[in-house]
Amino acid sequence: MMLEPGQIAAIAGKEFRDRIRNRWVLAVALVFTAFALVIAYFGAAQQGAVGFASIEVTIASLVSLVIYLIPLIALILGFDAIVGERERGSLDLLLSMPITRLELLLGKYLGLATALALSTVAGFGLVGMMLLTEFDFNALFHYAGFVLTSVLLGMSFLSMAIAVSVFAADRTRASGLAIALWFFFVLVFDLLLLGALVATGGRTGGEILPWLMLANPADVFRVLNVFSLDEVRSLYGLSTVFPEGLAAPWKLALVMVLWIVAPLAVAAHGFER
Amino acid sequence: MESILLPTLEPAAVRVPVAPAVAPPAATATAAGADPIIRVRGVVRDFGAVRAVDGVDLAVKSGELFGLIGHNGAGKSTLFRMMLGLLAPSSGEIEIDGCRSSARAFRDVRRRIGFLPENVVLYDNLSALETLQFFARLKGVPAHACAALLERVGLEACGRRRVREFSKGMRQRLGFAQAMLGDPRLLFLDEPTSGLDPEAIRRFYATLRELRADGVTVVLSSHILAEIQERVDRLAVIARGRVQAIGSVAELRDRADLPIRFEVRVAAAHFAAVRDALGHLPVLSIEARDGHVAVQCRKDAKLAVIAALARLGELIQDISVREPSLEDVFFGISE
Repeated sequence: MMLEPGQIAAIAGKEFRDRIRNRWVLAVALVFTAFALVIAYFGAAQQGAVGFASIEVTIASLVSLVIYLIPLIALILGFDAIVGERERGSLDLLLSMPITRLELLLGKYLGLATALALSTVAGFGLVGMMLLTEFDFNALFHYAGFVLTSVLLGMSFLSMAIAVSVFAADRTRASGLAIALWFFFVLVFDLLLLGALVATGGRTGGEILPWLMLANPADVFRVLNVFSLDEVRSLYGLSTVFPEGLAAPWKLALVMVLWIVAPLAVAAHGFER
Repeated sequence: MESILLPTLEPAAVRVPVAPAVAPPAATATAAGADPIIRVRGVVRDFGAVRAVDGVDLAVKSGELFGLIGHNGAGKSTLFRMMLGLLAPSSGEIEIDGCRSSARAFRDVRRRIGFLPENVVLYDNLSALETLQFFARLKGVPAHACAALLERVGLEACGRRRVREFSKGMRQRLGFAQAMLGDPRLLFLDEPTSGLDPEAIRRFYATLRELRADGVTVVLSSHILAEIQERVDRLAVIARGRVQAIGSVAELRDRADLPIRFEVRVAAAHFAAVRDALGHLPVLSIEARDGHVAVQCRKDAKLAVIAALARLGELIQDISVREPSLEDVFFGISE
């Protein structure tokens, strides 16, 4: 099937401009900046120190923040992309245009994804620049990796949100479903894994645990950031569970990309019918 | 009223022979004319257990101004959505400009179609001009065409204002401008005048006449008959998901064969004289009312009734004749 990039760009452009104009991008970027600053300076407070500690500790703290915040923001951003148009009654007019449903869906996704990516990069980028004097090259590399994976994390949950917006019958249900997804992936999933591990006394499941973690983009994000940092790695003791074969960042990044593509593909399939 | 019970007849029979004296030549010419630009055949659409559209056949000729008349919930909007390829028929098929509305190639047909949905919803956060520019981009129409369209619907002074501040009528006009983007060959207008004030309605139909003169085919729906009956070439009465009747206004009126009503104003003393004068004629009813006699007769008895009344001379103070309105025809057909 032929895709017309111009049509996708027209939809994406509108979505992106909408988020710029209603200051969504600015607000989210400021939230990221504020949280990141607070964490950078007080993140080591548990260790009894205040002030910028080390890049490892800073990133580890930021990861725990981002893992809650970004999925939530992404889900809220995307849950009404399609169902909102349908409920307001503007979807018919859009679809009467010379545009395919797939182009509309991709346009929506790309526009929202650009807005989220811009907020993320701007918000954390600003903090990165403030910390520039504290960073060596290695730290900068890790921080850039953190920002990039944060963007990927946002994209994957946005992709799920778009799927929700296609399948939900109305906006209320869509928002409920989005929150349920957040609950499951961010709060419940790890508990279940941990519970399973404890219940079996850690004897069984030890080998499949890392694979199960791939089933959650939030966990993939955590592993990606934690494993790139030797200090944190031993801190978490994760190296014992995670096989070397899976730990390569590019493989994990590939899994993240899969988590972006798969929900979108499901959404596209559902929207065509 | 047997001629009204068209729904039970099969579609071919709906095109009932038309009395040549009544049918305007133009109407017969279009009925037999060029290939239809819209062809709807045996279209059914179910929503769960509800059959919204129940075996509709329609053919709209190129350049025709075609009306769809029906109550809310009669199936008009569902029919529109299927003709636009937004909804697949449960069975049957729809061809627009020779292309199946379910086909991939229908995207290109859409470039030549303008659509104004019922109760059009636009984006509150955009200005009128931005709204048009957004849709223009989707339709591949250059952005500079938008200002002229705003002028055409009388919104040239509001181009920079946000749609949020617009009244229902202004939104409707902006929606109409949107439908005209890219000089479409075919316009689908679902309840286009709802929310418009009389001046805007007049202006809307003036624009429609211009479009028609340019050869644009227009399908518009309404439940206000008085408004469209003088303005469409042909119309279809839709009720309960079916085409109950189709034809020009004159044809429909003819086919419904509703009674003509006379109000004969006479002094009460002469009521009997009127009754006597009409007694031998095939009238349907004669009733004495307050200050007049109400007479109902079939169309074919109309002249005889007038002649008989004229013979009463100065006894009669005044006569008013009320032809059945399309409203009567419509309710006769769709009830």
